[in-house]
Amino acid sequence: MSAIHCHQLCKTFHQGDEIITGLDHVDITIETGEFVCLSGPSGSGKTTLLNAIGGLDTPDSGEIRMGDLRIDQLKRGALADMRLHHIGFVFQAYNLIPVLSARENVEFVMQVQGVATAERARKANAILAEVGLQGLEDRRPAQLSGGQQQRVAVARAIVSQPDLVLADEPTANLDSVAAAHLMGLFASLNENHGATFVIATHDKRVMAYARRLVKMQDGKIISDEAQ
Amino acid sequence: MKSVVLRMAWRNLWRHGRRTWLTVGAMIFSNSLLVFSISLQFGSYDMMIDNSLQTFSGHIQLQHPSYLDQPKMRYTLADIVANAQKLRDELALESISARASGFALASSNKRSHGIQLLGVDAKHEPLVSTFPGLVNEGRYLGPGAQEEIVIGSILARNLKVGIGDELSFLGSGLDESFAAGVVTVVGIFESGIPDLDRAMAQINLGYFQDSFAMQRAGHSIVIRAAHIDDVDGLMARISAGIDDPSRIVPRDWNELQPGLRQAIQADMTSAWFMYIVLIVLVAFSVLNTQLMSVLERTREFGTMMALGLKPIHLARLVMLETGMMTALGLLLGITLGALITAYLSVVGFSYPGMEEMAVKFNLPDRMYPAISPLSLTLGPVIVALGSLLAAIYPALRLNRLQPIEAMRAV
Repeated sequence: MSAIHCHQLCKTFHQGDEIITGLDHVDITIETGEFVCLSGPSGSGKTTLLNAIGGLDTPDSGEIRMGDLRIDQLKRGALADMRLHHIGFVFQAYNLIPVLSARENVEFVMQVQGVATAERARKANAILAEVGLQGLEDRRPAQLSGGQQQRVAVARAIVSQPDLVLADEPTANLDSVAAAHLMGLFASLNENHGATFVIATHDKRVMAYARRLVKMQDGKIISDEAQ
Repeated sequence: MKSVVLRMAWRNLWRHGRRTWLTVGAMIFSNSLLVFSISLQFGSYDMMIDNSLQTFSGHIQLQHPSYLDQPKMRYTLADIVANAQKLRDELALESISARASGFALASSNKRSHGIQLLGVDAKHEPLVSTFPGLVNEGRYLGPGAQEEIVIGSILARNLKVGIGDELSFLGSGLDESFAAGVVTVVGIFESGIPDLDRAMAQINLGYFQDSFAMQRAGHSIVIRAAHIDDVDGLMARISAGIDDPSRIVPRDWNELQPGLRQAIQADMTSAWFMYIVLIVLVAFSVLNTQLMSVLERTREFGTMMALGLKPIHLARLVMLETGMMTALGLLLGITLGALITAYLSVVGFSYPGMEEMAVKFNLPDRMYPAISPLSLTLGPVIVALGSLLAAIYPALRLNRLQPIEAMRAV
């Protein structure tokens, strides 16, 4: 499984009597190893597309393929397995587990994946060092800055070397220095690990790192350009 | 703990330490209370059995096979005194006594009343029965005494007799001849059981045999075991030594006093009703704690699902947390309950009025809980099962979670 292919993807939401269009016949293909930014104003559909690709939300119609796998037709359990083994998520609010240390947050998913204890510890220490958190492994999220927490979240997302990393507004809560550091990290991980990155953002600093910029508006892709 | 999941479960418990301690505290309280109550219940049953049996029936009686259902004069055991002595020698147990029983009309110079007249071996009767100790006026039958009688307090009042007064009795002997005698009242007992105090009288067995033309026969050999647990062993030994089961059978206390077992079962049922109320209250406390905990962590659970965990993983986490909380309550509850119960099982305890009642009715003046592996674990294990059962609902709720909605939860 390497590329993502979305075909005629539609999604609507109901807000009271109002029907909001999240995705309006979206077609997009993302190749392995790409570093793609989905940009657009709030409500443009970038998070909806990201959630649909990640199997967190199901489209009303259309197809999503990851390699040969039809994501939109998978059942709940199979979707969870797919996320566990093939996708890494980075969220705007970091979403770390507060009772676990940085190392444990990174190890947690690996334990669910069934990785052996020693292997887990080795991988967690290595990836935390790679994201610049050496020495902070035993700190809990509340003892880390926003930027450090987001780096833990990135380490958690990529430690199992997923085929795809999906990041939703990853720099929204970071200052410019931390944001630059994080994007540099994403770029380096993309290059070094070969993971495909799809980042939803309206932060111009983030877009500057993208090698492909997809602009969305009202649930539609209005431009798709290599940079 | 090598497992991150185990560490997470343990730490989740202490995110709201006060709430967890309140729930664990409820478990500790109920578990220690259950350990104490069940031990006390078991102890009081032993005491209740002993008190009931030592008043009159003993643990085992040897009787004619038909005597239990039809206590008629003709269903006798031959050479009863000699056989009782033989049994004492064989079992190396002194607390064995022979008895004979018949009905008679007792008359004073003022009144007459129907009574159950018991012929007893005055030397050995105090070893099998508390009756001799219940004499609160005069004395019990003397050894070798012939024409003496001990009667109940209500009977004495009804016949208007006191110590030193004479009574005559008239009954029907084994050979259907008249059985008659004149005896002097030497003692008046008060058992607290109106039926006995109203209609029971004891005379010397030899005098009874002479008066009722029994020759050397009697109706029962009464055996009091050192402990209730010895009864089965004694029954086996006695049964093995009986040559002719058509003439003599051993009866244990269950057969002699079937109501006793039923009373214990009734008491156990009512006690368990209270215990179940307690267990349900603890289960609701666990349900509340875990439901709150799950609701508060909806966003966190959403994140975990987004990372690839299935609802079953989350449910396992909630059950693991409940299991840890329950184990803590179980361990501390049993420990506390065991310490209190062990102390009281040594020193015993009484309630106001118990000592006076004990002196009056010749009973033990203190209660002793009987601590055992069963009394230590029975209640707490049911509390633990109830708690785990209560956590199923919050765990099942996680099955309805959708990652996106859950992550949006406040």
